[in-house]
Amino acid sequence: MTGVQEKTPLNRGFDVDALSRDQPNKRIEDQSISLEVDNLNLFYGSKQALKGNTLLIPEKKVTAFIGPSGCGKSTLLRCFNRMNDLIDGCRVEGQIRLHGKNIFDKDVDVAMLRRRVGMVFQKPNPFPKSIYENVAYGLRLAGINKKRVLDETVEWALKGSALWDEVKDRLEDSALGLSGGQQQRLVIARAIAIQPEVILLDEPCSALDPISTLKVEELINELKNRYTIVIVTHNMQQAARVSDYTAFMYLGDIVEYGHTDQVFTKPVKKQTEDYITGRYG
Amino acid sequence: MEHTKNSIAEALVAKDTTSVSAYVKSGQPYVWLTAAAISVAFIITCALLVLTAARGLPHFWPANLLQASYQQPGSPPVEVLAEIRSDEEVTAARLKGAGLPVAEDQDLYERLLIKVANRDLLGADFRYVLADWLVERSYPKDAVVLERMEWGNFHGFLESVRQDTEVISGEQAWAAYKAAQARADDLRQQVRDIEKGRIGKVNFALERLRLEGRRLQLDGKTPESHPAEYARLEARRKAEDDKYQLLRQELNALNRELARDSVTMRTVDGRTVDIPLSKIVHGHRPNDMGLAGKIGFFFYKIWEFVSDDPREANTEGGIFPAIFGTVLMVLIMSIVVTPFGILAALYLREYAKQGPLTQAIRIAVNNLAGVPSIVFGMFGLGFFVYFLGGSIDRLFYPEASPAPVFGTPGILWASLTLALLTLPVVIVATEEGLARIPRSLREASLSLGATKAETLWRVVLPMASPAMMTGLILAIARAAGEVAPLMLVGVVKLAPTLPLDTNVPFIHFERKFMHLGFHIYDVGFQSPNVEAARPLVYATAFLLVLVIIALNLTAIRIRNQLRERYKALDH
Repeated sequence: MTGVQEKTPLNRGFDVDALSRDQPNKRIEDQSISLEVDNLNLFYGSKQALKGNTLLIPEKKVTAFIGPSGCGKSTLLRCFNRMNDLIDGCRVEGQIRLHGKNIFDKDVDVAMLRRRVGMVFQKPNPFPKSIYENVAYGLRLAGINKKRVLDETVEWALKGSALWDEVKDRLEDSALGLSGGQQQRLVIARAIAIQPEVILLDEPCSALDPISTLKVEELINELKNRYTIVIVTHNMQQAARVSDYTAFMYLGDIVEYGHTDQVFTKPVKKQTEDYITGRYG
Repeated sequence: MEHTKNSIAEALVAKDTTSVSAYVKSGQPYVWLTAAAISVAFIITCALLVLTAARGLPHFWPANLLQASYQQPGSPPVEVLAEIRSDEEVTAARLKGAGLPVAEDQDLYERLLIKVANRDLLGADFRYVLADWLVERSYPKDAVVLERMEWGNFHGFLESVRQDTEVISGEQAWAAYKAAQARADDLRQQVRDIEKGRIGKVNFALERLRLEGRRLQLDGKTPESHPAEYARLEARRKAEDDKYQLLRQELNALNRELARDSVTMRTVDGRTVDIPLSKIVHGHRPNDMGLAGKIGFFFYKIWEFVSDDPREANTEGGIFPAIFGTVLMVLIMSIVVTPFGILAALYLREYAKQGPLTQAIRIAVNNLAGVPSIVFGMFGLGFFVYFLGGSIDRLFYPEASPAPVFGTPGILWASLTLALLTLPVVIVATEEGLARIPRSLREASLSLGATKAETLWRVVLPMASPAMMTGLILAIARAAGEVAPLMLVGVVKLAPTLPLDTNVPFIHFERKFMHLGFHIYDVGFQSPNVEAARPLVYATAFLLVLVIIALNLTAIRIRNQLRERYKALDH
């Protein structure tokens, strides 16, 4: 087994020393902020899925959402690039501001927003095209068709997602021939190829084996130097390993939000403590 | 402890393996039932092909010519030279009822259907004879079958060949005939080229000039007010006329050459007949042919059948125009129905708000597939031909009136009618294809900044293309076999010109066309010569099935390639 597995034994205790955080005492409000969630309510028909969520997501940090199934963490994540628009009967109140601009404003071009807020889904979903065309997809959408620019960007994105060495000799092969872990890294390459500011990861490792999970986690650590990352995960060890900030959600509420170290070691709320110590969830 | 273990092991052993209920439970009967169903389907498909082939193809085989004396009691003997087409057992009572002097003591007689040909001399190609009365049988090596332009085949013996002024008879006659025939074939080909190709072109040009003149008149331009235009028209007409006169002379010269040679034939009952070579398609001596020769002749006849124009009220010659018309009509139909059906399905599945109204429209579209095809034919006639075609004529072809251009049945209207008929199939198949594209792929595309239209165009449509091809395959299968509506909107018994030729604009949507399905109906039910037509009906049906198979295989190949390319994800 890998080192990560050894360091985080299954008894849900956490090796805090291994979580090397930068500026652990700096308050969130003092960071430069990428996304501001302001009193966000979301309804599916008459059912309220998010209840007055307010949250600041700092720039170039990893923020994790944890919580039991159905608590609204994926719903909140999908608000950031307005993926919920696709669902019939979904209604949003409140604001999410990306660098000060409310993304729910009428004059916002949703396609432009999604170019700046990329997303990686739970199951790897490469297109049934070649590896190259998968990564170039977003670039072609943006109107980039020059072969040289495409080549360079595809290589850069694949290197950025630590997949280049594995696929550089078979860029024209179908992406469906890759393993699950490779596909997930390809999807990340596809997302970073259009150079977004924010990358949303919706349980990116839930369909992967431990080794692939480790690779993706290492990749997340790399990517946070350049991008703001928001990750939804079921796996609390993963949240502890990769994130700088953690929000614990329960039934549409954000119960607790703070530095990952603090949330995992000195949770303020009883509910949070119960959840992370496995007493319920 | 030991005891419990044993009882568990015993419980695992099936107790009842012989009863009916155990057999039913085992699932074996269902395997047999399903296997039987597919076997029946398979056998019927094969039987269909084998039957049509077995009934149709022997028509092209050069059967031996039997010379015999037919001695019906109480009548003078008749010499016959004939092919035996079929034989059957007939009861004496029936024959007696038909007025034949058969003996009472024999119950069954063998009755033969023979082709005696020489319709112009004997009145009918075919006659029934009793095998018992056909005596002194022989197969003379020098018996000749001549296929003629008119009056069907001629059976007889070659007396002499007249080439120009020289008359050749005896041993060299057959060789001389062969040479003369080759020369006549060559000349006839030239005549055909001139008549169909070059004179056809001149006629086409003259007709256009006539219409241009008529248009000038309709525009209120008189020779006095616009002398220049009339003069130009007149000059062009004169040029075309001169061209026509030259061709006419060339044609006359060729026809004179063609009429030069003739053969003198003797029938089996001793009459001699002169037949000009211009009237002979070809001749052969079946009794003198080896197996290889016969096989060669067989394939030559099949090739002639698929590549030649029909003759003699469609009972002789080939069916090329019908094959061509069928394929062209299906292609035009495909070109129309595919985009139309895909667009309709896209709206229904991707854009329309899913509700009772959409569902009602969907049901209505599906029900269209169940409407009898003749109803579509009526609609095509009323809407396309009379309304649309009539309007087009009034707007764009006033000079042609009173003769209609598009206001009459034609290949375009037939294709459009069939496109309408097959539209539901394409819509349903495409819709199902669209519904099968995983949501995750649409989300992936949208999350990369694609609009809905871009997602449809770049991800959804390519992945749904195999389903669209499936729809098209079903549409082709239905359209190629459809006959009833076509009779109302464009199919004819005999079309003088193909809808595709070398005259600008090359494809003539307004022309009528021939169709294999209608050809079968026409030859089978409307033919004056039933016995001659019967094998042709089977041969044409066989060919129609082959054409449909070929069209379908092409579409299936394309679909498989698309499938390979856009293999769906396994989730």
